Amino acid sequence: MKRILVGIKRVVDYNVRIRVKPDGSGVVTDGVKMSINPFDEIALEEALRLKERGAADEVIVATIGPADTQQQLRTALAMGADRAVLVQAERGLEPLVAAKALLKIVEREQPFLVILGKQAIDDDNSQTGQMLAALWDRPQATFASKVELTGEHTARVTREVDAGLEVLEVDLPAVITTDLRLNEPRYVKLPEIMKAKKKPLDTLTLETLGVALRQGLKPVRFEPPPQRQRGIRVKDAAELVSVLKGKGLI
Amino acid sequence: MSANILIIAEHDGVRLNPSTAKSVTCARALPEAQITIAVFAADAAEVASQAAALQGVSRVIKVEHAANAHLLAAILAPQVAELAKPYSHVFGPSTTFGKDLMPRVAALLDTVQVSDIMAVESATRFRRPIYAGNAIVTVEVESAGPIVATVRTASFEAAPSGATGTVEAVKLEVGLPSHTRFVSVSAARSDRPDLQTASRVVSGGRALGSAAGFQSLYTLADKLGAAVGASRAAVDAGYAPNELQVGQTGKIIAPELYIAIGISGAIQHLTGIKDARTIVAINKDGEAPIFEVADIGLVGDLFQIVPELEKLIGS
Repeated sequence: MKRILVGIKRVVDYNVRIRVKPDGSGVVTDGVKMSINPFDEIALEEALRLKERGAADEVIVATIGPADTQQQLRTALAMGADRAVLVQAERGLEPLVAAKALLKIVEREQPFLVILGKQAIDDDNSQTGQMLAALWDRPQATFASKVELTGEHTARVTREVDAGLEVLEVDLPAVITTDLRLNEPRYVKLPEIMKAKKKPLDTLTLETLGVALRQGLKPVRFEPPPQRQRGIRVKDAAELVSVLKGKGLI
Repeated sequence: MSANILIIAEHDGVRLNPSTAKSVTCARALPEAQITIAVFAADAAEVASQAAALQGVSRVIKVEHAANAHLLAAILAPQVAELAKPYSHVFGPSTTFGKDLMPRVAALLDTVQVSDIMAVESATRFRRPIYAGNAIVTVEVESAGPIVATVRTASFEAAPSGATGTVEAVKLEVGLPSHTRFVSVSAARSDRPDLQTASRVVSGGRALGSAAGFQSLYTLADKLGAAVGASRAAVDAGYAPNELQVGQTGKIIAPELYIAIGISGAIQHLTGIKDARTIVAINKDGEAPIFEVADIGLVGDLFQIVPELEKLIGS
């Protein structure tokens, strides 16, 4: 069975305006719309397309999070994943712990490819995929904008790097993390939502996986960012140039 | 406690990337900082001498190996992890190079990583942006072993050159994987300032209307000695290549002067320019959100204003 494992994270929806709690203890998440991290949706879409092209037999979606994360797993199943694994844990799990839990799932499922989003849009760490690849001692191709399976045991991945586009060849199994332009995730259709309710969803815990819950980074306080002040208006190009010259900017 | 910091140099084999000098400035903010730069390359001589010229650096280590000709995370990480053991901190820049490499190093050292340091409060306490910069969190590292971190380059000035440090060669006995192979990288434009580090940036949005319209920004940029950037909308519309994208999912930059032309100012874009010294906005819609953050706003037709600017600046 050729399997692809996709990791997803439940995050505050990207359209929600983020507010820091007045006491600085965190960001307001109560009553806020939660979604699959957008980069993880791209990861799932890529896995589904590979399966649809016959490159994989099964797409498994896994997450680590509170019980409510089942909602996002059901969405992923409705998108087309075959089954789901929820590792139940409290909020605010660090990437290293997430990577260790994913490694345990990798050992159980033996995927030939693991695809994750390049970062979660809540903590913006961009660490989990790289950490999983290190712990698994396998290749990583981060920030992917194109994935081609070039043989039974190799893939060619185009990566979005600061200089432009970098192409790597990696042996499989490997970990890929997705950038924005890899694909456009599909919309979920209603009949698929009904079907997804019958698809298997296993619930595990960190303890049953044998992963210790450690905290190496303690958040001390949260603050809103400093705001920029609204500036002046100029009437035309000539005034703009004279203001810029006056400030010594040109 | 004095901080003994190892910084992993970013370079293209010839030139040290300015992100390294910015990482040095971040490291210098730690108490009693002792700073070592490690240069991994096939032939490190030139880059190592540039690193040794940075003020505040006490030592440069070069690790030369044929496998280090391209800086691939899977190949560098075991070497960095081996080298890192005696250090209190291991820093890399928060560029695609450092973001790819450093978490792999942290996992090999079985420690956490602090991503995107924007300010140093103590040897173990740092401030970093989360939620695309819409919140700032202060974190205390409580993990044993070296503190692995990436440095948000937009938050630090480059450390000046002019020092004459020494370079020493180090051989590491580490098995290197062969499972990851470099194929190619698209050539960077060398005739124009680098977007990530330029002091002036001219950036265009969807209002430019076409790839040809976008191209007209280059004349203005050349007159200003500026790099060219783009909004996500302009990139998605195919007017500009991916690597020009400024914003949450593109580059986060901090130029002295940022000129946003035909960019409405979606929150994702504003995230990428928050640290710019002066923001100029040119847009025909006076209600566009870009004007909320602009230091200087000009409401009008960009197709008329841009040629006027070219003429006025050229004269």
